[in-house]
Amino acid sequence: MSSIPYILEERPDTGLNNSRLGIWIFIASEVMLFGGLFSAYVFLRIAAPEGDFDYWGSKLSVPMATFNTVMLITSSVTMIMSWASLRMKQFDKYKMYLGLTILCALGFLVVKYMEYTSKFHHGIFPSSSTFMGIYFTLTGLHVLHILGGLFVLIYFWSPVGKRMYDENPDLLANRIEVTGLYWHFVDLVWIFLFPILYLL
Amino acid sequence: MMVMRYQLAYPETPIPIVGWFFAESGGIMLPENYNTLGAMHGTIMIFLGVVPLAVGAFGNYLVPLQIGAPDMAFPKLNASSYWSYFIGGVIMLASFFTPEGAARSGWTSYPPLSIFESGQTMWLCGMIFLITSSLLGSMNIIVTIVQLRAPGLTWFKLPFFIWTQLITSFLLVLAFPPLEAASILQLMDRVAGTSFFLPSGLVYAGNAVEAYGSGSPLLWQHLFWFLAHPEVYVLILPAIGIVGEIIANNTRKPLWGYKSMIYAISFLGFMSFIVWAHHMFLTGMGQTMSAFFQLTTMIISIPSVVVLTAFFLSLWGGSIRFNTPMLFALAFLPMFGIGGLTGLPLGVAASDIFLHDTYYVIGHFHYVVAPGTLFALFAGIYYWFPKISGKKLHEGLGKLHFWPSLIFMNGVFMPMFIQGLSGLSRRMYDGGTQYAHASDILHWNEFMTISAFCLGAAQIPFILNIFMTLASKATGERNPWDSTTIEWSSPSPPLPHVNFDEEVRVYHGPYEYSVPGKDKDFCPQTVK
Repeated sequence: MSSIPYILEERPDTGLNNSRLGIWIFIASEVMLFGGLFSAYVFLRIAAPEGDFDYWGSKLSVPMATFNTVMLITSSVTMIMSWASLRMKQFDKYKMYLGLTILCALGFLVVKYMEYTSKFHHGIFPSSSTFMGIYFTLTGLHVLHILGGLFVLIYFWSPVGKRMYDENPDLLANRIEVTGLYWHFVDLVWIFLFPILYLL
Repeated sequence: MMVMRYQLAYPETPIPIVGWFFAESGGIMLPENYNTLGAMHGTIMIFLGVVPLAVGAFGNYLVPLQIGAPDMAFPKLNASSYWSYFIGGVIMLASFFTPEGAARSGWTSYPPLSIFESGQTMWLCGMIFLITSSLLGSMNIIVTIVQLRAPGLTWFKLPFFIWTQLITSFLLVLAFPPLEAASILQLMDRVAGTSFFLPSGLVYAGNAVEAYGSGSPLLWQHLFWFLAHPEVYVLILPAIGIVGEIIANNTRKPLWGYKSMIYAISFLGFMSFIVWAHHMFLTGMGQTMSAFFQLTTMIISIPSVVVLTAFFLSLWGGSIRFNTPMLFALAFLPMFGIGGLTGLPLGVAASDIFLHDTYYVIGHFHYVVAPGTLFALFAGIYYWFPKISGKKLHEGLGKLHFWPSLIFMNGVFMPMFIQGLSGLSRRMYDGGTQYAHASDILHWNEFMTISAFCLGAAQIPFILNIFMTLASKATGERNPWDSTTIEWSSPSPPLPHVNFDEEVRVYHGPYEYSVPGKDKDFCPQTVK
């Protein structure tokens, strides 16, 4: 093992540990990724014929998206709770809250799956219109982010988390904190996606 | 590259040695083959060549050493960055051998053509992996520099190279994702039949295109150049950093204006995000936009001039040691100067209307990256090779590498300015023989091709040098150049995973050469 410093403890002059700084920089790059796509959305919406985006936008299901918004916000709250329980050394509560987060994420994915398939059944595909193209691209990329996060959450919920907790509880707390920051970001992306795709 | 140059000098003749590659046409290169080579030359050189060398190799190797750290902050992330690069590279190179062939829409991949041309899907998939690799690598470099500096190594004691790596990494982290977004959109256009970049009423090869339309090809150009302009600085900043280190070491003087150079490159990094549309003056985006981007482009040339001036002033009054790394670093200065100054007429909208997409542009950016960045990378290899292997490269062979390279490099690229100013367009598969107005300057093509082959031959001493030196016995000398920066206090080669054999503490600035009253002409940063 090499001795890389500041994995857990904070560097005094920067006030940060490595992973916390790393995830913030990662989030910055993600902001630019989705920022690029959001600006593409704005660009395409301006260029589109009058009423084109409104017409295709009205084909999306607002109730389903509202349900999903609630799901993700709840999952962000439970994510925080699981981290807080871990900091208070309550492993069982941590596991319960993390499990709830995973369930919310799964719920989101199931509803998203239903949304996608109902579009396909009505013969609506990304190629149907520019709006549908950007809708499937943006939400599809967001779903990929959810899947990535879900994979990490399940990893820490599995016995791996318990083993890590027994060895070094602070390390697990650090990992959950960083995962949480990512998770809140993915949640935040949805908070932007929901109005521009479903409500506008 | 050589095949392309041969084709330009002798179009419509069978290509020797590699002619079997174009078997269907009897060894003659067809326009689409030339387009493929052109597109892949740009892609490979930038995304598989310079960025991985300058940021991936030099950055990864030197950043921990120069800041006195045991390793990078995230070793696993580093490995995944490498493997992601590996997969991207394999996809890119494998695309040559698919039935569709490799991409042929230029490295800029402008739609709508890129949506229809074959080979582009593999290119886009490869790009997504390469971009991910750069993102992970540069995050790692930023965290390493911020968090793992040795005790006592404050921000203004960092070597200039570290500063350039820091700015470069920020550019990569913030500029690459929009290209990733654009690649995803173009992939959707190709695979899922969307029309983000396809306008309504498009006709391709005589047939109306069946797509929803109402997209915009300009959207791609904006997203692409939002990356690709900062990318230019990604290519040049590490080179500037390497040159700075070598100049300070071989003039035996501190770098002149160290702090102003740091402020200059930070400003340059910021400005590079708001100059992108100077690549798009001819798209009809309007005079207000052109005026704005012309202004920002003129402003961004100032920090580059500050850095170059500081380097020249550093030479003033120094007792210069003309060893191979220093020769390459010195050659970098005028070559980068030519590359930079010829960029100014391109940044002015009025003159760009004439020069746009001519060989003048090709000459301009090749001067920046070939005798510029590439010479700096050579300088870096000669300079740090003793640290990597414990043995110095042979000086005689090094000079045999340097002088012909310098001469033939100019032989390849200088005539491009002449051709471009006469109005010869780039991307002509026959070198422009079908253009009447180009007939006066076409004889340069042969000259450039011969220069290019000589330039290739000039690399033989370099390759020989590397292998011969590797086969020789290591001296393990720690500080063969009498340098001050931290990496020279580690064993050569550095110990795996810990780098240093004793604890690193920093007491001095990075370039304390020829300090009055000391018995040696350098004070290493780690010695009290």
